[in-house]
Amino acid sequence: MDFKSAKELLALCQQEQCPISEIMRRRECVLGETARDTVDHRMERVLEIMRDSATQPIKHPTQSMGGLIGGEAKKVSAHASRGKMICGDVLGKAIIYAIAVLEVNASMGLIVAAPTAGSAGVVPGVLLALQDCYKISDNRLLDALFNTGAVGYLAMRNATVAGAVGGCQAEIGVAAAMAASAATELMGGTPEQCLDAASTVLMNMLGLVCDPVGGLVEYPCQNRNASGVANALVAAELSLSGVRQLIPFDEMLETMYTVGRRIPIELRETALGGCAITPSACERCGQCH
Amino acid sequence: MSFISVFDVLGPNMIGPSSSHTAGAAVIAFLARKMIAPPLKKVDFTLYGSFSKTYHGHGTDRALLGGIMGFDTDDIRIRNSFDIAAERGLAYSFTPCDTETDIHPNTVDIRMENARGQVMTVRGESLGGGKVRISRINGVEIDFTGEYSTAIVVQQDKPGVVAHITKVLSDSNVNIAFMRLFRESKGNTAYTIVESDGRFPEGIEAPLRDNPNVHDVMIIEP
Repeated sequence: MDFKSAKELLALCQQEQCPISEIMRRRECVLGETARDTVDHRMERVLEIMRDSATQPIKHPTQSMGGLIGGEAKKVSAHASRGKMICGDVLGKAIIYAIAVLEVNASMGLIVAAPTAGSAGVVPGVLLALQDCYKISDNRLLDALFNTGAVGYLAMRNATVAGAVGGCQAEIGVAAAMAASAATELMGGTPEQCLDAASTVLMNMLGLVCDPVGGLVEYPCQNRNASGVANALVAAELSLSGVRQLIPFDEMLETMYTVGRRIPIELRETALGGCAITPSACERCGQCH
Repeated sequence: MSFISVFDVLGPNMIGPSSSHTAGAAVIAFLARKMIAPPLKKVDFTLYGSFSKTYHGHGTDRALLGGIMGFDTDDIRIRNSFDIAAERGLAYSFTPCDTETDIHPNTVDIRMENARGQVMTVRGESLGGGKVRISRINGVEIDFTGEYSTAIVVQQDKPGVVAHITKVLSDSNVNIAFMRLFRESKGNTAYTIVESDGRFPEGIEAPLRDNPNVHDVMIIEP
C-alpha cells in the first residue's frame, strides 16, 4: 500500500476502487503500523487546530512578533459582512481563514504546518470555506485532509517543500496543489481530476520566489496564502469542469523542483532579494542588506 | 519511523512562526535536556547562521528555552518561556555568533549546567519542517536525529566496550536499527550511539553502565 509517484497513486486508486484520501489513510495505517482509529483521532486533532487558528483572529486580532502583520483577517471579515466581497462566498471565506492562520502563526500561536508554517493557511482556508458553503461534514473534511497529505507527501518525496531550496512555489505552491486536489475530491471529482488540479496549481505558481521581509514568516507570506487559496480554487474549478491538463502532476512536480533549484539564492528565503530589499521594506525593518 | 507520514505533511502541530526557526529549535533543546540529570540551573545558547540573525522575530529564543524546560513544539507555554524560566530559577543567555560561518545555517550550541554542577554542551542543527540533527556532544562530532529510540553510551575508547553494549542489548532482545561509534581521539572519551526501532526496555541503563569503561548512559525516547 505504498506509492512513489502520482502515476502509482492513480493505479492504486484504480486497483482498489477508492479515492486518493482512502489510499493515503490505508498507507498511513500499514507503514506506520497504526490502527485506523488512532490515525483518524490524530487527524481530528489536526482539523481542530486548523479550525481554531483559522477563526480566532477574526474576533481577536493579534500583532505579529515582527510587527509586520496583525488584524487583516478581521478587516476582510468586516468587509465581507458589509456585503462588499467581490470574490464571492467560497473564495472570500477562504481568504479570511488563510490569512487568519498566518496571523496566529506570526504571533506564536498554535498552527499545523501544512506542509510548512509559512504556507499553513492555504489548506484550512480552502477546506473550511467549502465546509461552510456546502454543509460538508467533519468526517468528509478529514478525508480531504488525507487527500492533501498524498499530494504533499509526493512533493516532499520527489521534490521539496522548503522555501530555502525551491522558493515560495515549493511552499505556497505545494500547499495550494494539496488544497486543489482535496477540494476536487470533496466536490465529487475523480482521482485523475484531483491530480490534474494539483498540476494546474504548480503550473500557475511556477517560479514564485521566497523573499520574506526581515527574514520573518509574515510579509508577503500572509498575502501569498490568500493568493494560494485563489489558485487552488481556480485549478479545482477547471478540473471539475472536465478541463484536462496536458502535463501530469509528476512532470509538473519535477519541473517545479528544477526551476526551484535554479532560483538565485537571494530569492530563496535569505531575505537578500525581492520584496525583502525594496526601499519600503528596508525602511520598515530598520536595516537593509 | 523512516517513511514520510501524512503527519509529516500535515505537521508538526506547532507554535509558530517557523518550523525550522521555532519548532526545530524547541526539538533540539528538548533532546538536549535529556542528556543531563535535572534540575538545570543555567543554560547558555550560542546561535549561528540564520538563527543568529533572525532569532528574535522567529521566537527561536523562546522556543529554545521552552524546549529546555521540556515543552513540546505545540505547547503554548513556549510563548511565555522567559517568565516561566524566571519562576523556575533557571538562568539563561543567548549569544548570536556571526564569526563562525562554515556551519549549517540553523545551528545552536547549548551549554547546560545542572544543580550538581555538571556541565554538558550539545550542538543541534534545525533541518527544516521541525526535523533536527544533534551533531556534537561535549565537542565530539556525533550524529543522531531523535526520531528513533536512542541510547548514548559515554565510554573510554578501549577494547571490549562495544561488545559489552551489544551483549546487553541482545540479552534484552533489542533490535538495533543503527549503531555508530564516535570519538575525540584514540584512547579518549568515545560515544556509542544506538538507535532502535522499538522503545528500550525500562532500566536498560543499569546493565549498560555495568562496565568499568562506561562512564554514562543516556536513553532518549522519541
